[in-house]
Amino acid sequence: MDEVLIEVEGVTKSFVVRRRAGRLRRTREVVNAVAGLDFTVRRGEMVGYIGPNGAGKSTTVKMLTGILLPSTGRLRVAGADPVRDRVRLAQRMGVVFGQRTTLWWDLPLRDSYELARRIYRIPEATYAGNLDRCVELLELGPLLDVPVRQLSLGQRMRGDIAAALLHEPEVLYLDEPTIGLDVVSKRRVREFLARINAEQGTTVLLTTHDLTDIEQLCSRVMVIDHGRVVYDGGLDGLHRQGRSERTLVVELERELPPIELPGTRLVRCEGTRQWLAFPASASAAPLVAELAGRYELRDLSVREPEIEDVIARMYGEAEQVDAAVAQVG
Amino acid sequence: MYAAVCVRSFRRYSTYRAATWARVFTNTVFGFILTYTYIALWHVRPHLGGYDLSAAITYVWIGQGLLSLLAVGDLGALADLQTRIANGDVAVDLFRPVDQQRWWLAVDAGRAGYQLLTNALVPMLVGGLAFHLRLPQGPALEAAASWAATAVALVLALVVSYALRYLVALTGFWLLDLRGIQLVYYLTSCFFGGFFLPVTVFPPVLETVARALPFIAVFQVPADVFLQHYDAVGTLGALGVQLGWAVVLLGLGRLVQSRAVLKVVVQGG
Repeated sequence: MDEVLIEVEGVTKSFVVRRRAGRLRRTREVVNAVAGLDFTVRRGEMVGYIGPNGAGKSTTVKMLTGILLPSTGRLRVAGADPVRDRVRLAQRMGVVFGQRTTLWWDLPLRDSYELARRIYRIPEATYAGNLDRCVELLELGPLLDVPVRQLSLGQRMRGDIAAALLHEPEVLYLDEPTIGLDVVSKRRVREFLARINAEQGTTVLLTTHDLTDIEQLCSRVMVIDHGRVVYDGGLDGLHRQGRSERTLVVELERELPPIELPGTRLVRCEGTRQWLAFPASASAAPLVAELAGRYELRDLSVREPEIEDVIARMYGEAEQVDAAVAQVG
Repeated sequence: MYAAVCVRSFRRYSTYRAATWARVFTNTVFGFILTYTYIALWHVRPHLGGYDLSAAITYVWIGQGLLSLLAVGDLGALADLQTRIANGDVAVDLFRPVDQQRWWLAVDAGRAGYQLLTNALVPMLVGGLAFHLRLPQGPALEAAASWAATAVALVLALVVSYALRYLVALTGFWLLDLRGIQLVYYLTSCFFGGFFLPVTVFPPVLETVARALPFIAVFQVPADVFLQHYDAVGTLGALGVQLGWAVVLLGLGRLVQSRAVLKVVVQGG
């Protein structure tokens, strides 16, 4: 289990973008999508890979899958160079993009799977076994003979995940697999991913904006911003470093002056509703008890921190570090 | 695997029945319009372009039959590729261990197979009932050879047409909106391919230009092979021209593809 599967060392990727500047003039601009990435992923790990839009997540996945050559640096997946061994490695990896599909729009789901069997040359028995498993766990049974265009987003997503796993990839890259799904579908997808990770030891690199995905699935989180890893560790550490806050939304029986409660700070006050922020690492229980004792409450809920906020705060710090480095250098 | 892709593609196209019959109907109606135009024209100028009247009428119906099969007015199966390029789905395709150009050729062949059974056969049957069409003639062996040569010419025509459309679709990596270039492609390929009128009817200069372009390999050549316009050596030469264009254009497609893939990245985000 300790074998290193993905190795990324000092990888950068820059693109030249031509922009229109004035009527005829065009300027060339170099964009560093990835600016010095270093990380390793061990076999069987399930890593959350998060960051704001445009941080370089997709570029990283494209380099790991070999459709994009790094500008500099060294990159290895299972000991092989993804660009040079693209076709061979493709046999060993699965890719799911939440907003894109590999399924055949007009044909039943089953046809797409049958094609996957041929694309990846999956032996008949292996294929049948894996398909049965996916069908059972992702509850695809009644959907197999339905044309993909008639599936709901959640159903299609489950269909896509199954398609990426029929050839038993060692690594699975998932990009926003739960985006736009309802609560039930999200849970089903998460349970399934946890299961294949536990039972088959599939290494998973998961890109998401949904913090719950990470909380329930990943023991390790990598945060990338401006093409650099700004955090690598557990989720609790991320909250600590990002000084993330949860929010108590208090609905009072009648309008009252702003609540003052030690350990919280008032964020918003609107009629009978008040918003109190408290550190994500602290427990909500004593605060709730205190509030219930002091006030007449109509309703109360706890809101989880938005990953964007956590990262924004962290990124603020990274920029300060950059500025400091620039000054020293 | 590519055979399986081809079969799936055939099935995919067969799911759109209404669209198919609308096309069959349109092609047939245009067949009549063009036939009467040709009849009027050939009445004034018999043997125009080296075709007698029955050959000219047959030429019209071959054209109506092959219009959909060779996807002259649209991109055929590559319309899907174009959509996938425009919305970025093409990125997922690249992750799979398949060759894109071969993959889409298989998809397009499946489409063409379906068109052959519907859009090609039905208008030609209707045309055959309404007018006297000229089928390959001569002793059994010669007629059989003509049918065989036609089959080969048709396959090569499809490959050349595919290679051209693949290039058009790939420009989507740079242009994103292909309506303009598609229209240009449609008109150029119809005109220089001989779909409107045989290129032999053109003024000499235009005919020379048409003969130097690949579009002729898409339609005029297979039609002429079917009409036995060439002798044995001429037929082989014509097939050779088609083969040459197929190789050149597929190679060019490969070159453009390798450049285009780099482009995905910038847009995919």
